[in-house]
Amino acid sequence: MTDLKTFADAVAAILLLASGALSLIAALGLLRLPDFFQRMHAPALVTTLGTWCAALASIVHFWVTDFGLRGTVVVILLGLTAPVTTVLLARATLFRRRSSEVSGTSETGL
Amino acid sequence: MTPLLSYSLAAALLCYAVAIALALPRLLRGPAAQDRILALDFISVNGMLIVLVLGIRHASTMYFEAALLMTLFGFVSVTAMAKFLFRGEVIE
Repeated sequence: MTDLKTFADAVAAILLLASGALSLIAALGLLRLPDFFQRMHAPALVTTLGTWCAALASIVHFWVTDFGLRGTVVVILLGLTAPVTTVLLARATLFRRRSSEVSGTSETGL
Repeated sequence: MTPLLSYSLAAALLCYAVAIALALPRLLRGPAAQDRILALDFISVNGMLIVLVLGIRHASTMYFEAALLMTLFGFVSVTAMAKFLFRGEVIE
């Protein structure tokens, strides 16, 4: 039992470190990439793989004591909602760029 | 809890905090409004991850509900803001 727990802890530790590294990479991409449509790709790392890693880590950790798949609910919800927000933001950006080209004003309002 | 797991928990929390700090210039400076919304979305997801990891650290499954709520509120707020950019109003 202690062996199993140590093994589960090691797996959870590796998953957590991977999730943290992915989060850092995404933040750097969000900060450094030159165009908005390129910047949109960076946070997708965290919303998909980073969240999967963190949720799997918590599932693996709690799996020994009490079995539950509540962590997956977060990931499934995020997997359903992230594409919606991405598409809405991309469409809004396209719309704003087109209308700023037509009227000749800058899109960097607000 | 093994020392390996507690150290990697601290490392993951530090990574999320640094990621939020790196996203802050994007939120504050833009340059456009959609960049700010993207940064806000990123920060809300990172906050949700912090709550999820704190759940492991404090050995409580109650944090899952908090993470679920943070996901839902992040989705609703980002959708509302994107719709506002698109139409100039949230509900027609």
